This record gives sequence, structure tokens and C-alpha cells, in this order.
Amino acid sequence: MEILIYLTQQFINGIQLGAVYALIALGYTMVYGVLRMINFAHGDIFMLGAFISYYGITKFNLPFPILILSTSLLTAVIAILIEKIAYKPLRNAPKISLLITAVGVSLFLEYTLSLNAFFTPNYIGFPRPFEIRSYDIGMFSINNIHLIIFSVTIISLALLYLLIYKSKYGIAMRAASHDLEITRLMGIRTDNIISFTFGIGGALAGIGGLLYSMAYPQINVFMGIMPGIKSFIAAVLGGIGIIHGAVLGGFIIGISEVFVSAFLSSTYRDGVIFIILFIFLLFRPNGIFGKNIEKV
Amino acid sequence: MKKISLILCFLLLYSTQLFSKEVVKIGLITPLTGDIKTFGESTKNSFFIALEEYAKKGKYEIKPIIADDKNDPTEGTNAALKLVTQDKVVAIIGPLTSKVAIPVSELVNTNKIPMITGTATNPKVTVSDGKRKKYVFRACFIDPFQGQVAANFALKDLKAKTAAVLYDVGNDYSKGLAEFFKNTFEKNKGTIVAFESYQKDDVDFSALITKIAIKKPDVIFIPDYYNKVALIAKQIREKGLKSTLLGGDGWDSPELLKIGGDAVVGSYFTNHYSPDRKDPIADSFIQKYKQKHGNVPDALGALAYDATWILLNALDRAVKPTPEEILKEIEKTKNHKGATGTISFDNNGDAVKSTVIIKIEKTGPKYITTVNP
Repeated sequence: MEILIYLTQQFINGIQLGAVYALIALGYTMVYGVLRMINFAHGDIFMLGAFISYYGITKFNLPFPILILSTSLLTAVIAILIEKIAYKPLRNAPKISLLITAVGVSLFLEYTLSLNAFFTPNYIGFPRPFEIRSYDIGMFSINNIHLIIFSVTIISLALLYLLIYKSKYGIAMRAASHDLEITRLMGIRTDNIISFTFGIGGALAGIGGLLYSMAYPQINVFMGIMPGIKSFIAAVLGGIGIIHGAVLGGFIIGISEVFVSAFLSSTYRDGVIFIILFIFLLFRPNGIFGKNIEKV
Repeated sequence: MKKISLILCFLLLYSTQLFSKEVVKIGLITPLTGDIKTFGESTKNSFFIALEEYAKKGKYEIKPIIADDKNDPTEGTNAALKLVTQDKVVAIIGPLTSKVAIPVSELVNTNKIPMITGTATNPKVTVSDGKRKKYVFRACFIDPFQGQVAANFALKDLKAKTAAVLYDVGNDYSKGLAEFFKNTFEKNKGTIVAFESYQKDDVDFSALITKIAIKKPDVIFIPDYYNKVALIAKQIREKGLKSTLLGGDGWDSPELLKIGGDAVVGSYFTNHYSPDRKDPIADSFIQKYKQKHGNVPDALGALAYDATWILLNALDRAVKPTPEEILKEIEKTKNHKGATGTISFDNNGDAVKSTVIIKIEKTGPKYITTVNP
């Protein structure tokens, strides 16, 4: 019985982390779906989400729902701007140029924002918008941060589902991810669709940043690097370009991270995640939901 | 006429001494940005207070060269290399932390430049693989002593029977202190129920804390710096764990209470000095620091002040301001009266000193007791 409670408790920790990874992984996967590029600056959008919500709380004292909305809106705008300024001029360039540009954008954001005039390179304590409360349900305890993270993630995923499968933009986006050229020939403004994709991805990463810094209340300009890489692994795991794959991948990575820390040692944690990635790349390079046809 | 020319001669001699003191370059390596910047700032401020005092009566004009190591071993080594090869400093104060001081001490030792760190407590800073690094000194006690004091305090004063230890596996200071605490605690019939490590950039400790929580330890020892400690302490309290938290000198920052809040209140840590201790040198230093910077200096500042003065005194005693001559005089330092107490070096270049235990209360740190070596 003891062990069961312990497992459940660790499982809750894992889902909390996995939810954030899932939100970030969605951005990687959607952008890859449309542009066939890996947007390495995505982890930094996540960091921007954390900082924007930090200023939203400390400077403007925004109530929580407005905080989520404004953070996601701003990160969406920033993601779209990055696409317009850095990636759009390279639309017809080789894919490798796009990839290197993404790395450049990522470094640019990190090191510019780490200047003292902006966010400074220091660690900053993140003030929670509300008091933390623990609830004992049966034998294990759950707190309001957990509940908020679960519910915000579920609502975001539901909205995303509606957007992608029920709206015209979503249909256009799916068409673009199927074949960008043909979609353009069909009379769809693909540039708008690409911006739209970046915007949605940015908004989700921004929400992820807010939730992450609420759960682990300390922020820093370089905080996006590791979660960014892990979410990317999550996206690959689920099958890059596949939306429900990214969500599942996020939860798998989050839960395995927590369980490695709980039963082995946190020193092995990142190692195990990368070993999982290796195994997948060796035996199932297209991910869990990936089709077995290699697309060139 | 003769008399006048003699006086003129004297004046000339005197004026050359007065107006053109020889310039001596001294380097300071400290983290001015990054995870422990408050330590770096107080170190820098205290270094300058010592220099200002020296300027009034000292033999040389000091040109300080400040380098930011970001609490990163690579940055620190690069900074030291630049100080040694480009700026050609005669001596270095710092680095602040053990993990930076260990590689830097290797570098200065091979380049034959004396270095005094105020605060790096890991034994490997002055001695590695049984070999003494001749050019390296420190103004503080070392971690085996600090870990021992913390463990004994937990056993005797806090009446703890079980303890958990959480440490940063990539940080020599944190790892060393964790091991010394564990050794003493187990030797004196205490039980270590969990000995868990994490990595520098970790922010999610939920898995580790859940793991520790089922063991319900009496104390949790967290030998890390204030930023990480505040984050861990918060998560510990959020999981409903009530154990007393215990730490080392890395806790000594006003930020700890500011970030950690209620989560760190009631915790204890070992430290180099307490500003509550009455001492004329310490009081005058604290007074000057307060006037200039508006707050009471932390132990790291006081130690940097002491380290700087040990160096400046040695510099004044040396026949020539060269690294070799300065080294000879640093080695001779005995019973230096500093802000953190009396400092003499043992054979390893480590200061022999007492440690104080401080409790964190809602209003701030409170002095509890002093333990002598």
C-alpha cells in the first residue's frame, strides 16, 4: 500500500512535468509539420513566456486568467515576428540554412536578453500569483499548482484540437503540413498559415513557461535550453509532425524523468532520456505514431 | 645656501615618494553575475573598502583589475589566464567558490602567482592529490571542519537521529560538504536515510523530495548556495515535509530569506562570522560597508576584506613588489587580526578558525553559538 501511494505521488509529479513538455513539444511538431524545420529558438519562447508572466505579476499584478491570455498573446506575437524576420527570407534556401538560423536566433535571444539592460543573467525568484494549497485526497496529497497545470493544459489541448480539426485555419494548416506547394496552388496564402502555426506554437510555449515557473519558481534567461531539448525529444518520440504524438511524447518524457530520479538517481535522469531517444532512433525513427514511409 | 639646497633635496625626494608611488596590479576574480551574484557583489565591495584603507597609508598605488567568473569554472580559468598573462598582476584575490577556485588554483600555481581566496572551503583548493599548491592560500576554514560542526550540531543540539542530504553533484563545494557531513553524522550513531544528488540547472525537485518525504528525516542537510536552497526549501515545504533544514556558508545571503520566505525560517547554517559578534575591527569594517552600501556585509564580504588585507600587508612587508617576494611574506602571516577573527595559516595554507552557527528567523539571521576547531 505504501508503495502504491508513493507511485501515485511520483506519477503526479511526472504528469506535472510532462504537461509542460507536451505544451512545448506541440510547437516543435507543428512547425516541423508545416515547414520541415526544427525551430531551435522555441525553447527561448518558453523562457520569454516565463519572463513576461513574471513582469505581468510583479509590475501589473494581473489576475491569473488575464495573465495566461496576455502571456500567450505576447509570446505568439514574438514567435510570429521571429518567423517574419528570421525565417521568411530563407523560405527557398536549403533546409540546413534554416536550421542554423534557428540556432542563431536562439543564441541571439539568450545572450541579448541576458544583458543587464534586459533580464540580466541572474536567477530570479518567481512570485506565485496565489498561495499554494495542499489537498489530501485519500492517502496522497495534491496541490492547487498541480490542479491548475492539469486544467490549463487540458483546456489548451482542447482548444488546439478544435482549432486544428474544426476551423478553416486548422484545415489549411493540416493541408500545408501535407504538402506546402500544392496547398499554395490551391489558393491558400501559405505565408499566413505559417505565421499562424508559429503563433499557436508560441502561445502554447508561453503558457508552458508560465506553468513551469509557477511549479518551479525560479527563472533565468537560459532556463529554456534543457526543457526545449527535452520537448524536442518528446516530439521526436511521438513522431515529429504528429500532434497527438507530441502530447504523448511529452508525458512519456516527463514521467520517465521523475521515475528515473525516484528509483535510480537524478544523475542518470538526462542520460536515460537520451538513451530512450537513441533506442527510438534505432528501431522506430519515425516515432510512436509515425508512418513507416520515409518522406523526403 | 647649503641648508636650503639640502631641504630642497629632501622635498624633492619626499615629493617623488608622495606623488609617484609605484603601481602594483592586483586581480580580483569573483562572480558578479549568475546564480550567486550577491556574494560576488559583497566580495567586490569589501575588496574596495580594503583598498581604500590601504591607499591612505600603503607603500604602493594599487591598480585593481576585476574579473567576473559567473561562478563557472571555465569562465574563471579564462579570467585568471587573462589576469596572469595579459594584465600581469602580482597577486590574485578570489575566486569565491571552490568549484572555480580549484582549476584557477592549479593555473596560478603553475604560473607562480600568489592567490588568496577568502571563501573557497573545499580542501582541494590548496592541496590536490596530497600535493600542496605552494602559491595558494585561503582566509577561511575548510569543509571537513564545517561538515563536522553541522553534523554534531544536528545530533547534539537538534537531537536529530535521522538525516537526509541533498547536494549538487557537479559542484565540488556541495559534494565535499555533503560527504563530510555524512561521515561525521554516521560516525556518531546517526542514520543517513537518503543521500541524493541533483544537477546545477535542475529546478524540479519533486521526485527527490517525494522520495525523501516517506522517510521523514529529522533534518535535511542542503549544502548549496542560497538560490538553489530557497528553491528546494520551498518545494520541501510544499510537499508538507516539516524536517529542520541545515546548511553551510553558501546560505549567507539576504536573498535566501527574500526568495525562500517562510520555507527557510527556522533553519540553521554554519558560517564564518556573524555581524552580531562584538569586535573592533569587524565593527569598523561593518560600519564602513554600511555607510557605503546601505546593508550589513555577509561573511563572504568580510572574508574577502580579510584576504585582501593579508595580501596588502604582505605586499608592504615585501622588499620588492614581485610575486616571489610577496609569497614569502604571505607565508609568514601570523595572527592577522581581521574582521572574521584571528588568521594564521597552517602548513596547507588554510586558515585555522572557528565557525559560528546561525539560525534564520523571520526578521533575519540570528547568532546561536561559536564552535572552535
